[in-house]
Order: sequence, then structure tokens, then C-alpha cells
Amino acid sequence: MSTLDTKFYKVKVSFLNIIIFTMLLVFGVFMIMPFLFAISTSLKPDKQIWAYPIVWIPKPFILEHYKRVWELIPILRLFFNSVFVSSAITISQLLISSMAAYAFARINFFARDVFLLLILSTMMIPSYILMVPLYLIIDQFGLMNSYGALIIPSLVSAFSIFLLRQFFLSIPSDLDDAARIDGCSRLQILFKIILPLSKSALIALSIFVFMGAWNNFLWPLIVISSESMRTLPLALAYFQVSQSTEWGPLMAASVIVTLPVLVFFIFAQRQFIQGITLTGIKG
Amino acid sequence: MENISGFLFILPSIVFFVVFAFYPFIYSFRLSLFQWEGGNMRNLSWSGLYQYSKALSSHEFWNSLKVTALFTFPTVFLHISIGLLLAVLLNRSIPCKTLLRGVFFVPVIMSTIVVAIIWKFMLSPTVGLFNYFLNVFFGLPKEIPWLQDPKLALPGLIIVHVWKWIGYFMVIYLAALQDIPVSIYESAELDGASSWQQFRHITLPLLSNTTWFLIIISIINTFQVFDIVYAMTSGGPVGSTDVVVYYIYRNAFLFYDMPYASAVAWLLFSLIFILTAMQLKFSRAEWSY
Repeated sequence: MSTLDTKFYKVKVSFLNIIIFTMLLVFGVFMIMPFLFAISTSLKPDKQIWAYPIVWIPKPFILEHYKRVWELIPILRLFFNSVFVSSAITISQLLISSMAAYAFARINFFARDVFLLLILSTMMIPSYILMVPLYLIIDQFGLMNSYGALIIPSLVSAFSIFLLRQFFLSIPSDLDDAARIDGCSRLQILFKIILPLSKSALIALSIFVFMGAWNNFLWPLIVISSESMRTLPLALAYFQVSQSTEWGPLMAASVIVTLPVLVFFIFAQRQFIQGITLTGIKG
Repeated sequence: MENISGFLFILPSIVFFVVFAFYPFIYSFRLSLFQWEGGNMRNLSWSGLYQYSKALSSHEFWNSLKVTALFTFPTVFLHISIGLLLAVLLNRSIPCKTLLRGVFFVPVIMSTIVVAIIWKFMLSPTVGLFNYFLNVFFGLPKEIPWLQDPKLALPGLIIVHVWKWIGYFMVIYLAALQDIPVSIYESAELDGASSWQQFRHITLPLLSNTTWFLIIISIINTFQVFDIVYAMTSGGPVGSTDVVVYYIYRNAFLFYDMPYASAVAWLLFSLIFILTAMQLKFSRAEWSY
């Protein structure tokens, strides 16, 4: 009797799981359908884009829209801009923030906690308050419409300092002490011991910072005024204005801009998710 | 010696925050006490609290607050509830978990401008996929002008903003769910608790910290929405999507009225500050029970 009961119970449970799996599948389709539709549209001749009912698979595939994007916007230069700016910001934040985080985690200096609180308090200042004065400051430095304007306001982040400090605190200080006895300087300890031990946090943080810088839109919008200095999101927004309802080239441009990030995500999914949960749970 | 090395390590950061956080913070307040006289951006004259009274008596200002609130509350609710639902469902023993989790996360990593452009296309009346599905599956009219109708534009933006970020909330909830030991559920099962009872009395309470964290994150993030408004509706039609940050941007960088924009920013900041303080006081009172 009991074996029969257990059999039915098992069947019931996995039937529920099948329903759930199907529901999640449907929702998953809803999540990527827009992007898939964008890809499909970018390869369709205009007639099929405007056709009803919707043409799912373009017959024939055309590359006209991609050619148009290539002709109309300096995609390589824009790509370089985004890569350069995002990398510079990420490297700078990692370096400067880890130095500060190390001091806050390991060195007991005068008024340390006061300084820590001051720095953390800057996280409460919202971006819309700083938008206008930062613009005027950059203008005063004569840096308008330059890489400097894009990079400098993001050189350091209180969030990165906070995150790295939390992580450094979780590393036992025995290694530090042993190294100090051997005569290592603080800087050497940071670079030769702490940082190598923090690889997972550093990778997660750099993905987080890089993505934030890459996708940043409002700040480049207000400090960049020439086409050649634009970052990808900014160029895409202007492209949209010039193309209005030319969905073919617009979708092609969207696909081009998303593809590198998507490919990177597919290969580094674990680190991406780890980065998000690290910044989420610990916070 | 300790002090010196400590200070040296934090010096770059301190200098940075003084120049790029504290100084601008104060500067923007000072700026709001002036008036722009036209021409050069620095052509200003003292005007005291004029900008603040101008904002508080401006119909557009109050509209932007209203729009932002109307946008934020449903969005936060959907972020939390759907995020939790998805995480709970994904946490079961089903195949392809990692693939599904990745798929849900893709919109999170896409640029907001890409999301805006693709969804502008999706929501367009004649060729939009969204309307097509609504028509095929629910029999709704074919040509719903989401972004052109003052009543539908904001709901349209809510759909987009929820779609983009839901994966983030799901992932955080999923990680928190996986931290709950299975043994708790097993012993509840032995005591005869149903799935719903388990959810209500075990899962939800253990997730309360995560939920509070996510609510705050969602509010902060949604309150500052700008990119999709800029790229999809430009605050229209008829100001129905004129969120606060877009209003500030418009006044500062399209009308060049920086003092006024700063005053609006400070009004918003004070409002949030007071609300947060009140909220903290309120929740502390609850805890004393």
C-alpha cells in the first residue's frame, strides 16, 4: 500500500514541476523575444518589416540594414570610445578603491571611522543633484567633450570601497602579520597577498563597474557634443532620432551594440551573476 | 607611521570625494539661490528662495512628481512580487536551471537605450510584436498606440522597466532562497505543513531582509529613471511621462536654467530624505511591539 502511495506522490510532484517548467519557459521566451525579434527585423527587407501578420523568419536574409549602419555611423570609433572609457574607469576604481578599502580594513589610523563614514555618506547623494554642478565643474576645467569628462567623475566609487572593505575584512590577517614580520611594506602586502586572494570579488566588481560605465547614458549625453566622442548608447540614441521609423537599421544597430555584451555574458555568466549577488546580498 | 600610511592610502579617494561629491553637493544648493540672467551660464544674480517658490507653484513640477510616483509604485510592486515568484519557481527541481536563469538575466545587461529602441518598436501600433500577441492571444484591438496615448504611455514604460530589471530581483531572491537549509522545510513537511503554509511561515519571514533591501533598491533605481523616458517618449505625450529626473534634465540642459533645475533637485532630495526618515521612525515603532 505505502509503495503505491509513494509512487503516486512522486508522479504528482514531477507533474507539478513540469507545469512550472513550462511556465518558466514561456516567461523566458517573453524575456528574450524582443531581442530575437530585433535580430529577425534587422535581417528583413522593409516590406516584410511592415507586413501583417508578422513575418517570423525573414525570407530572404538581407544585410542592407547592417550596411547602412556601417555607412551612417563610425561604429568602430564609437566602440573604441566605449571600451576605452569603461576600461579606464574600471581599472581606476579597482586600484584606488582597493587601496582605500585596504586602509579601512587593515590599518588603524587616526579618525579612520570618521573618514569611512564620510566616504560612505557620498553614496546617499543622488545623481540628479550632482548632474548640474559636475557639468559646470567639468566645463570650468576645460574638459568638456573629452575622454576626461567621461572618465574623471567616475575614477573612484564609494560603493567599490565599501564592497572591497567588506571582503578584505573577511580575509584573516595572519598572512598580513607574517608578511609584516618579514619586512613587507603595506603596499606590497596589498598587491602581493590581499589582491590575489580577492580575485572573485575583484572580478565580480569589475564586471559590475564595467557594465555600469558601458551602459551609462545621461552623463555622456550632457558632456559630449561631437559625434566622434560619443559612447555607444549615446550614438544609438542620436541614431534613433535620425532614423525615426526606419526599424531595419535601428534594429541592426541595436543588435550590433548588444552582441559583444551578450557574447561576454554567455561565457562569463557565472561571474556576472556572482557579481550581482555579491553586491546585492552583502549590501 | 601607521597614521601616515593610512592617510596616504585613502588620500586619492578623499581628494576625489571632496572635489567631485562634497563640493558639487554644496555648490548645487548655492546655485539654487541664484537666478539666471540669460546668455552665459554663469550670468547669475542672487534671488534667495525664488527658485523654490517658482518650483512649488509650478504645475509642471507637481506633475513630474505625480508621474514619478505613479511610475514607481506599480513598478516596485511588480519587481518584488514577480521577482520572488520567478525565484521560487526556479528553485524547484527542474531541468535547465542555469540556462533559464541566464535568459531571465539578459535584459539586465542590455543597454537601456537598446532596450528603449527595441521596445519602442515592440509597442508600436502597426508592426509591434506586443500588440500582435495581445491581439492573437487575448483578442485585444490590433493597433493600441501605447506610447502615443497619454493614458497608456506610462503603463507602457512600466512594462519596459519591469521587463528590463526583473531578472536582477529574481537572481537576488534565488541566491537568498538557496541559503535556506532544506532541513527546515523537511521538518515542516513532517509536521504536516502544506506548501502554502511553508511559504508563508518559513520562506517569507526568512526572506524579509532581502525583501527590504530589494524594495529600497527598486525605489531608488525606479525613482531615477531617465534613459527610457528620453529615448521613448521625451516626457510626453502631454507630460504624461515627464518624470522628475527628465524634468530636471530638461530645465538644466534644454532651457539652460541651471539654478531652477538645482532647486528642483534639492526639493526632490529633501522630500526623499524626509520620507526615509519618517519611514525609519515608523518601522522602529513597529518593532517595539
